[in-house]
Amino acid sequence: MSLLTMIAKMSEGFGRTCAIFFLTLIFSLPLGMIVALLRMSKNKVVSAVTRFFISVLRGTPLMLQLLAVTYGPYYLFGISVSRNKLIPVVVAFSINYAAYFAEIYRGGIESISPGQYEAAKVLGYTKVQTFMRIILPQVVKRIMPSVTNEVVTLVKDTSIAFTVSYQEMFTIGKQIANSQTSFVPFVVAGVFYFVFNAIVDFVMGRIEKKLDYYK
Amino acid sequence: MILELKNIKKAFPYRNCEEKGITDHKDGDVNQVLKDISISVDAGEIVSIIGPSGSGKSTLLRCATGLETPDSGEIIYADGVKFGLVFQNFNLFPHMSVLDNVSDAPIRVAKKDKKAARQEALKWLDKMGLGDRGAAYPCELSGGQQQRVAIARALAMDPEILFFDEPTSALDPELTGEVLKVIKSLADLHIAMVIVTHEMAFAQDISDRVIFMDGGLIVDEGTPGEVFESANPRTQAFLGRYKSGNW
Repeated sequence: MSLLTMIAKMSEGFGRTCAIFFLTLIFSLPLGMIVALLRMSKNKVVSAVTRFFISVLRGTPLMLQLLAVTYGPYYLFGISVSRNKLIPVVVAFSINYAAYFAEIYRGGIESISPGQYEAAKVLGYTKVQTFMRIILPQVVKRIMPSVTNEVVTLVKDTSIAFTVSYQEMFTIGKQIANSQTSFVPFVVAGVFYFVFNAIVDFVMGRIEKKLDYYK
Repeated sequence: MILELKNIKKAFPYRNCEEKGITDHKDGDVNQVLKDISISVDAGEIVSIIGPSGSGKSTLLRCATGLETPDSGEIIYADGVKFGLVFQNFNLFPHMSVLDNVSDAPIRVAKKDKKAARQEALKWLDKMGLGDRGAAYPCELSGGQQQRVAIARALAMDPEILFFDEPTSALDPELTGEVLKVIKSLADLHIAMVIVTHEMAFAQDISDRVIFMDGGLIVDEGTPGEVFESANPRTQAFLGRYKSGNW
């Protein structure tokens, strides 16, 4: 198989790699905020339960979580494994990344000085207004570097979908590598991820720069 | 009378702080910051609260403005009276321009017309001598300028009573002067002002009434003349250094 054919075949899977990447971000970024708010809840039970789930999601391999989400329903309830593997992949990834984002959000929110809340309270802002207009914009700026870190990791983590044979780029590359007894597909995959992350870095850098209008 | 504070008491639990070597507080020990404070403020009145650090001045303002809940006592504002608070550390919103800092609450909270609110904000900034800095961000301003923006922000909500919590304590002497001058210029607005300050000359000059607090109690109260010439030994001791010119 020529190099060009390999690249063409792996490119077919690249669309699915992008699907995992973007869908995971779309779901996990807001979900992480909900988890962060539950984690900071004044209700001790809510906060403790959330904390436990976060520690499980961060303390076990994503690969294991993906297997659990994909095959768990079959072993537990006899529900047949879904043919479209994108669904369990995105579910597992979104939950896992939400846990990481939640801790980043929490750190950001807790780093805002109490004076900001006090100024807003005296001016009569509601709690929702205070969070949306005063706190959140400042949090977003502060957490950008940490979020970029997670997003870069997510690009590479998409390859974990090969464990459930979802036909994304890496899975296809691995199949070619096996059938052709060749290492080249892995090199191609490496270049793909590297370029993808160069773009991610560029975009995140632009966003950070855009938020640079104040200190 | 637009504000009455009746028998305000407030205690905070002690926190042991190993770094500072303070570990001898037992659980349940409390620091009684306000022991029994009653104050009333008339419309347009300028009241200064002076006293040593830790005497409870700031806590009193924080109770009056709802940032702390007193353990007991009553806080009674006359019908429809709105208050504003100027903080020691300004607490401007760093992500908003100066103009947005001043006009955002009138628009979002008081639901004023956007254009009118911005015009009014500019008017207040102008009065603070910052009419040309509306587009700037707080981080581009000096401390004195930031505090003047904070004053404009409080005024833009049309308060009948404005509290100042050591408004110049974070500023160097030069910037202190410019902020005090601006506060003084507010006297003709006939907004009541309650000012916690360590600037004795300023308190003596601007106030209708001076309150001297120590150890969570009001020790002395009266016109600036009465308090600054008080026969009370504690007042004399506190004001002695100021009056002897070694301030």
